[in-house]
Amino acid sequence: MSAVPKARPDDTVLEIEDLSVDIATPRGRLRAVREVSFHVSRGETLCIVGESGCGKTLTSLAVMGLLPAVASRRARKLSLLGEDLLEASPRRVNALRGDRMAMIFQEPMTALNPAYTIGNQLTEVYLLHRGGGIARARERAVELLGKVGMASAAERLQQYPHQLSGGLRQRVMIAMALMCGPELLIADEPSTALDVTIQAQILRLLADLQKDLGIALVLITHDLGVVARIADRVAVMYAGEIVEEGTAERVFAAPRHPYTRGLISCIPIPGRTATGGRLGTIAGVVPHLVGEIRGCTFRERCPYARAECAAEVAVRSIGEHRWRCVHEELPA
Amino acid sequence: MTLRDDAPMLEARAVTRTFLLGANFFRRGRPLHAVNGVDLAIRRGDVLGIVGESGCGKSTLARMLLGLLAPTSGRIMLEGEDLGTLTRRAIARRVQPVFQDPYSSLNPRRSIASIVALPLEVHGIGTATERRAQALDMLDRVGLPKRYGDHTPGQLSGGQRQRVAIARALVMRPEIVICDEPTSALDVSVQAQILNLLMDLRRELNLTYVFISHNLAVVQHIASQVAVMYLGRIVEHADTVTLFRTPRHPYTQALLASVLTPEPGLGVPDIGLGLAFPDPLNPPRGCTFHPRCPHRMSRCSSVVPMLTHEQGGAVACHLYPPSGQAQAA
Repeated sequence: MSAVPKARPDDTVLEIEDLSVDIATPRGRLRAVREVSFHVSRGETLCIVGESGCGKTLTSLAVMGLLPAVASRRARKLSLLGEDLLEASPRRVNALRGDRMAMIFQEPMTALNPAYTIGNQLTEVYLLHRGGGIARARERAVELLGKVGMASAAERLQQYPHQLSGGLRQRVMIAMALMCGPELLIADEPSTALDVTIQAQILRLLADLQKDLGIALVLITHDLGVVARIADRVAVMYAGEIVEEGTAERVFAAPRHPYTRGLISCIPIPGRTATGGRLGTIAGVVPHLVGEIRGCTFRERCPYARAECAAEVAVRSIGEHRWRCVHEELPA
Repeated sequence: MTLRDDAPMLEARAVTRTFLLGANFFRRGRPLHAVNGVDLAIRRGDVLGIVGESGCGKSTLARMLLGLLAPTSGRIMLEGEDLGTLTRRAIARRVQPVFQDPYSSLNPRRSIASIVALPLEVHGIGTATERRAQALDMLDRVGLPKRYGDHTPGQLSGGQRQRVAIARALVMRPEIVICDEPTSALDVSVQAQILNLLMDLRRELNLTYVFISHNLAVVQHIASQVAVMYLGRIVEHADTVTLFRTPRHPYTQALLASVLTPEPGLGVPDIGLGLAFPDPLNPPRGCTFHPRCPHRMSRCSSVVPMLTHEQGGAVACHLYPPSGQAQAA
């Protein structure tokens, strides 16, 4: 399945330690992502969840080496299948991207080229990385369109993106990402632009493919419902940091960080929140991240804030569950 | 029995809106039936949720309820008066909109206070000072400190902008507010604030809402009755409790099944729908939902099911033949 020899005895596909992303702005250095660490293994789904501007998309672009020119990345470790991506040449990263690691974006209409057929776009990535002639590439494209549940795949190859509905386009994007059998798939809000019934279908497809193919899936979303249903582990991001990380069961059953708890209380749940009842809210707004940042970035919005929140806050952990808060446990 | 117990505040009677796509002087164009024979009645103080996926006609319906678009056929009645006979201004005094995108619905060059005061200005109400005072009052009511009055929209967050849009809708003291996906562009924590605000305002100002959304969890939270639309038609209509407890139309059932509640371990549901959302320009014959429907029968592809009313609700599906009629096809 893989052209790259297994460099590691364990199944870790992606390992990140202390990844930071800065953006140069006229007002100074915007510290958009700060010291983010996580790992994801073969056959595992990690969800990164957070609200707009929390740095979840920049984190994924930093992994893929696709950051915009104004952004710069630093990390202690960034390795894919044991290979150091920090030291890798741009050429090497290009060879890995689309082959060993692939990405699915939110808006399939902007991510697909309207001037080329589905077949062109699907085979391009395969020919680039694997060569072997157009016939073999087409065969692979038909195979994958079938895998993502598209009927009459051979005819689909002749179609242009505008001839497909949003849900079908996203299936094409998924097929394209899987053409070379990547070990790591990063999906950035893959279902957000879609209708609710289509969203459920796409997520189910992703979950099934992830299991069948044993890929490591990093799914980025703002939707806690999606996270709960698809994640093995969750990383909650706030203002550029991971504030809590753990298994989906633990994080939803017993959130340790006040932000996670606030976020969960904000969503209406049919059958649980009363019609017409009040939803939980998080007071205040996200802080500006330009310049020096000290202490817990959530403290100004936090109902449990104390004086020591202004100083450096250490990460606490119980087993795999980690969170960054002065409180061992939140008051009920 | 119908849904109407007392006189409705706002009513749609057999409303249809057809657009002719690609029409010009020489060509008639292809008809798109965006809204197709919709009957609705909203009582004073009610919150009517309209749910459906993109292209189902919910926004076209909203524009007709606002009097911004005339129905091709059928009538919209505002407390018994045909909207077609009322002037734009008379309608605007009583029915106001809140739209989805608070970035494009606010003029970026005007101050917040003047944006909120604009409806008063248009209707020639009060002096400039009075209008400003009223606008600042309304900002206060929607939870924006008065000092924001002199800011411009660019200085505000998405949630704050949506508060401004709500203040602008309410400054005329309308009776009905049509909210078209008012929280879809917002983060979840901000969405919760806006939903709480809308509910508080409804109680305080005795408002009637039409709340359009694709998010069923949000609709369940805020609406007292729900209409489900599919390809221009209402396929099910019931009070919120009934609809969520016993959804009857297969499409409603699929919509409910696709709500992903934050409960780990349940996995992503298989909603059992076919892949293809039909082409609205060339809708399927019979029941427009039949190509995706897991329960389709032979008659579904030829006979359009009528919306049949029963206690507490109405459904348009051949699985539920009108009472007194034989089930045999």
